[in-house]
Amino acid sequence: MMEYLQILGNEVYKILFLIVPILVSVAMIVWLDRRVWGLVQKRKGPNVVGPFGLLQTLADALKYIFKEIIIPASANKTVFILAPIVTMTLALVAWAVIPMSEELVLSDINVGILYLFAVSSLGVYGIIMGGWASNSKYPFLGAIRSAAQMVSYEVSIGIIIINVLLCVGSLNLKDIVLAQKELWYVIPLFPMFVIFFISALAETNRPPFDLPEAEAELVAGYQTEYSGMMYAMFWLGEYANILLMCAMGSILFLGGWLPITDIYPINLVPAPIWMILKILFLFFLFALIKAIVPRYRYDQLMRLGWKIFLPFSLVYLVLTASFLFYFDKLPKGNF
Amino acid sequence: MTLSRIFKTIFLVEFIKGLLMAIKEMFKKSKTVNYPFEKGPISPRMRGEHALRRYPNGEERCIACKLCEAVCPAQAITIESAERADGSRKTTRYDIDMLKCIYCGLCQESCPVEAIVQGPNFEFATETREELYYNKEKLLDNGDRWESVLAKNIKLDKPYR
Repeated sequence: MMEYLQILGNEVYKILFLIVPILVSVAMIVWLDRRVWGLVQKRKGPNVVGPFGLLQTLADALKYIFKEIIIPASANKTVFILAPIVTMTLALVAWAVIPMSEELVLSDINVGILYLFAVSSLGVYGIIMGGWASNSKYPFLGAIRSAAQMVSYEVSIGIIIINVLLCVGSLNLKDIVLAQKELWYVIPLFPMFVIFFISALAETNRPPFDLPEAEAELVAGYQTEYSGMMYAMFWLGEYANILLMCAMGSILFLGGWLPITDIYPINLVPAPIWMILKILFLFFLFALIKAIVPRYRYDQLMRLGWKIFLPFSLVYLVLTASFLFYFDKLPKGNF
Repeated sequence: MTLSRIFKTIFLVEFIKGLLMAIKEMFKKSKTVNYPFEKGPISPRMRGEHALRRYPNGEERCIACKLCEAVCPAQAITIESAERADGSRKTTRYDIDMLKCIYCGLCQESCPVEAIVQGPNFEFATETREELYYNKEKLLDNGDRWESVLAKNIKLDKPYR
């Protein structure tokens, strides 16, 4: 019994060390997002709460905690309450396999990338549940849009991941990073990186693909009926998902925790710092894009996903495979 | 589609141009101000909070002609007048319902003695509705408080009236 408790204690302590930094960095990333947006629009941006307004998100979260949670009379109560919990849990659970350095990973499983892909695909359930349980037209339409969009772009993300896996020969995230020691995959697979990035925007419902929350048409999409802490949980989950997509992008294409070059002063910087820098770089792009692009029309969004990204990534997959086969560069992993 | 258009679409040329422009804009000076601590410039014609002015000797300017009451399109002004002991006609009541008021400035324009004016103050939000039913004391008090600014603004705006 004691032994069992000890193991449990050890695990809980590890999980806390993962979850707390993620929640804090999500808060910071929300601030960064708004700040970049403000800077591009030449505003002063959120700069009142704390130094440079860094505690703005904390203040917002406090506000949400003290607000009343309103559950619509016609809503399906159980599903309504479950939806934000599902969204946030799934966004956090995926972080278990993200390696921050060679040792710093909560669970080093052999099918890491599959797990990541599966969990991020499940994220759509939170949104559908929220939209359906609200029993109101805008959340419903928003949820349908969001589901269709996420499913469409998941297909092309899946094929992009296969592209990378062809070069690596392993589903383990650590192996994927270590395989990039000579050359980051962003160079040979640059078109795939661009498509991955754009699909990640669509996957996380960010502009220009933020149709589910198009405020001019759908008020706030699937979050319309939510208030207080439940709304905040949707919002935290969304940003945790964005961060996850950035982490995935940096692992698949930007060489994870590997330094830019292995030359003396640069490789002294600890591995997690490199990982964080790469995630921040990708997030910075996310934030910039939010500031400059107009929203897509729904049919344009679907056309882009199915008629352009999917065939293009398939063709590129064939090209990659034939290149690797012809030059006998297929990975000889431990199958 | 022309060839250059296809090239631009495939290589996201316009998009990258936009991205670079956004980065360039980020380092420019911001156009907004830290509002409660800094404030933007205000025109001398600013139609803000009302005030009733006095002559330099302390006598109130208003002669109770009721032109402002008549011209007010929102009917926010209520005036009652009586003859004072020295024979002059003065107001006994001068109320402005700041909630009805549309801040059009017609009262100020109709006033023959420059008694009722709209000053530069726009930060007079209150917690209750009742506080925004201004009476004569409140308006005169406003006039006393803002007199230097009001006189300056009227002088500045004179050539254009």
